[in-house]
Amino acid sequence: MKPIGGLAKRIIPCLDVKDGRTVKGVNFVDLRDAGDPVELAWNYSNQGADELVFLDITATVERRKTMVELVKAVARQINIPFTIGGGINEIADADALLNAGADKISINSAAVKNPKLINQLAEAFGIQFVVIAVDTKLINNKNIIHLNGGRLPAERETLEWIKEAEDRGAGEILLTSMDYDGTKQGFDTNLLKLVNNMVGIPVIASGGAGTIQHFVDVFKQTNVDAALAASVFHYGEILIPDLKKVLKMNEIEVRL
Amino acid sequence: MIGIITYGAGNIFSLTAALNRLNIPYGMIANAADFELYDRYIIPGVGHAGTAMNKLIDTGFVPIIKALTKPTLGICVGMQLLTTFSEEGNSNLLSIVPLKTIKFTNTQMFKVPHTGWNRVFVDKDNQLFKNILVGSHFYFVHSYFIELSNNFTLASTKYSNTFSAAIWQNNFYGVQFHPEKSGVHGETLLINFSKI
Repeated sequence: MKPIGGLAKRIIPCLDVKDGRTVKGVNFVDLRDAGDPVELAWNYSNQGADELVFLDITATVERRKTMVELVKAVARQINIPFTIGGGINEIADADALLNAGADKISINSAAVKNPKLINQLAEAFGIQFVVIAVDTKLINNKNIIHLNGGRLPAERETLEWIKEAEDRGAGEILLTSMDYDGTKQGFDTNLLKLVNNMVGIPVIASGGAGTIQHFVDVFKQTNVDAALAASVFHYGEILIPDLKKVLKMNEIEVRL
Repeated sequence: MIGIITYGAGNIFSLTAALNRLNIPYGMIANAADFELYDRYIIPGVGHAGTAMNKLIDTGFVPIIKALTKPTLGICVGMQLLTTFSEEGNSNLLSIVPLKTIKFTNTQMFKVPHTGWNRVFVDKDNQLFKNILVGSHFYFVHSYFIELSNNFTLASTKYSNTFSAAIWQNNFYGVQFHPEKSGVHGETLLINFSKI
């Protein structure tokens, strides 16, 4: 287990955005407009979220413009760090998002198809800006990475790809276990532990959160740096202040 | 009014957004004559300290900055520039505060960059941290740190080693964390700086 100094474990709500509006159900207290990503983000930061991830699934040719507008709107209003991901393919995309106020970008398929992009991004903007998102699924008892939002298996083993991404200049790994995602049965602690022990950069756990105990388990059993979830937060099944209180009771360092 | 010293090292959108939210007036310093327009200054900065220093040298602002007597706040790499030397690119810096900027070692045990929310312990009584409780969390992202000093460390943070989270010498202040991304405590610090 790596010690953490006084560094707090991070809780990260993830918002899916399309054409500048949040999609997927949001059932949230006291929001004027549950589709407005900025209002939702503000609400989460007020509750004590440590960071936010926006996953942009806009598919139009105008996508870069809508992403930049979203990032600017968030940066104007939100006083915590945030990451934007989805369809970032080249340096120019990343540059536009950085200048609009994004703290990090998350890339997935584009990095697998063109691994040198990681080196280029790290060199241009620093490794702290480059989050590599990895969607993984067990196939024939092997962890295999998947592209295009999990639809397409790539012929790469997950651990080997993560190591390469780190060597090329990834600053953080966002690992989503597709076998666990949506099940609400808990995080994939076995794989997360393997990954976290292998790399020297922060790891964000994603996929499977259903209860507060699942967050306790993932931090206690794997020592990952952060845990990400969507629906349990959006539907108010887990409130961030309650979650952090329980983490603290379990002697997990959190920011209150 | 705060003058933000622009020299091409990093994006300042989030910083200006925070100042806008807090109704703290500011302007941009793009050439030497602009310094006179302001009563305090911020030196922003992200990325590589050596590269940032070279960009600052290119602006011709270095002698002006070294001679400043009004309150001046360096943020992140902008703070590191105040020191004498950085191990990042073995770079000579502004030498305003006689400290060194050092790379985190012990990376077998501790992840680098030091990324996330860590506690800041204020060691000295200073208006910059007014109304901020000792041990409050601030947001950090950095691979190099400024060494501890009895004379110049204003606040410290524990990671693989304890380092200067904030430094202070006369009118010069520096913070390693990002106040513009550090929630309400970061906002309090920016308000405090606007009133020093």
